[in-house]
Amino acid sequence: MSEAIAAVGRRTLEVLRILGHHATFFLDLLRACPAALRRPYLVVAQIHAIGNLSLVIILASGLAVGFVLALQMYYALVTYGAAESLGLIVNLSLTRELGPVVTALLYAGRAGTSLTAEIGLMKAGEQLAAMDMMAVDPRSRVLAPRFLAGIVSMPILAILFSSIGILGAYVVAVLLIGVDAGNFWSIMQSGVDVRRDIGNGIVKSIVFGFICTFIALYQGYEAEATPEGVAHGTTRTVVISSLGVLMMDFVLTALMFSTP
Amino acid sequence: MADLPATATVSSSSDPLVEIDHVVFGYDARRTILNDVSLTFGRGKVTAILGGSGCGKTTLLRLIGGVYPTNSGSVRVFGDVVDAHDDEQLFALRRRLGMLFQFGALFTDLSVFDNVAFPLREHTDLDEAMIRDIVLMKLNAVGLRGAAGLRIADLSGGMARRVALARAIALDPELLMYDEPFAGLDPISMSIAANLIRTLNDTTGATSILVSHDVDECFSICDYAYLMSSAGIVVAHGTPKQLAASEDPEVRQFIRGEPDGPVRFHYPARPLAEDFGVNA
Repeated sequence: MSEAIAAVGRRTLEVLRILGHHATFFLDLLRACPAALRRPYLVVAQIHAIGNLSLVIILASGLAVGFVLALQMYYALVTYGAAESLGLIVNLSLTRELGPVVTALLYAGRAGTSLTAEIGLMKAGEQLAAMDMMAVDPRSRVLAPRFLAGIVSMPILAILFSSIGILGAYVVAVLLIGVDAGNFWSIMQSGVDVRRDIGNGIVKSIVFGFICTFIALYQGYEAEATPEGVAHGTTRTVVISSLGVLMMDFVLTALMFSTP
Repeated sequence: MADLPATATVSSSSDPLVEIDHVVFGYDARRTILNDVSLTFGRGKVTAILGGSGCGKTTLLRLIGGVYPTNSGSVRVFGDVVDAHDDEQLFALRRRLGMLFQFGALFTDLSVFDNVAFPLREHTDLDEAMIRDIVLMKLNAVGLRGAAGLRIADLSGGMARRVALARAIALDPELLMYDEPFAGLDPISMSIAANLIRTLNDTTGATSILVSHDVDECFSICDYAYLMSSAGIVVAHGTPKQLAASEDPEVRQFIRGEPDGPVRFHYPARPLAEDFGVNA
């Protein structure tokens, strides 16, 4: 019995240690952000690496999701004679949920893993230690620009994902199935609230950008400086980011859309 | 400790730039890496720290750079205790240091030129034309001016070490620290590296601390040397000539590369008969 209590105590202390470590890392990162903002070209370069280079997978996925969503919604709505509302349903699905969430999951897989591996390998190759010994703070020079770039990139990627998804839905619904184009756009326009639907979707994607980038940087920076350490860090980035995004999505949805 | 330094200590510490005084250090409570070590590094000298793998040589360099605080004892660099520094003071100290890492630690996303330019761009307001001239001068000093445009992936191990050396001297540091500068180099590259270290030390007036286990190369260029054991203590120190003439068994074993002696060949283990199930 006493052994079991001791085990629970050890586990609790370990969890608290990990949480404290995350908090310290986060505060260090925040403190490093002003220095990164004073050199915007570092942030812009990372927006290119994180954002621009993720465009292909984001746009292709958005288009595919738009296609499928239009088909599925059409099959469901046509039964009730409400196929004209397809544009609205697709738009709300994408801007409120699928855009931010799927973009974040794709971002974690594409950019998050890349960030973790890059930082982990820089650590393994003593590049971060070398920077530190050159009196250059790696948190300001390496981590903070990536962190800011992730927060800026994610909502832009999510907007692009939703936009291309809506276009994909238009292609399937209007051009292939024959839903009336006027109804498709006008019902969408009248049913979507810019602040409530699009605005909240953007807020969600900013939060997801924050979560995914923070986890990717933390896992890379704290990875054991070995090939196995970097591999584990990369895997943890995808798993923790994905779970974090999905759980936070529920919380945010409950907060944002709790009233009609 | 071998009783060598009666005269040699004077040559190393008459005007010390770095003083390590009774330092004890371990990365965690389970194992002590440095066990009450005291060393001094004379201004303008090339001082070598010799010893086998894992004896705490690199750790000493990190303590000098203020990467870790000591458990007890003090590290004084340029007359100030490093542990007493806050982050800002620590970075001010490091701007006066140059360190060559074991495998170069070059930034693989930057070219050779940009690697050497990195500390200049970070710490000075020089315009690009001036930075270009300085970078080419530093690369010329290590014989790689023609390689300025190469990617890091295109360099051999010896070239990478020389580029890292050019980067380490970019800001003309007062103290240069070399972590295993000869490891993994072919004889020609090793000789080039050794000559560069000595030449750079003499021409720039810097102080150099050299961590290595290559006895011959170190002795050919250093003014003074410390020998450390795996117990994290200094077992001997003196000029290369004094250490080479030492009759101390541990010093002799290390310098002559004898496989067995005070430093055992076998890692501590159970009796052989027990492991192989043979009854005596």
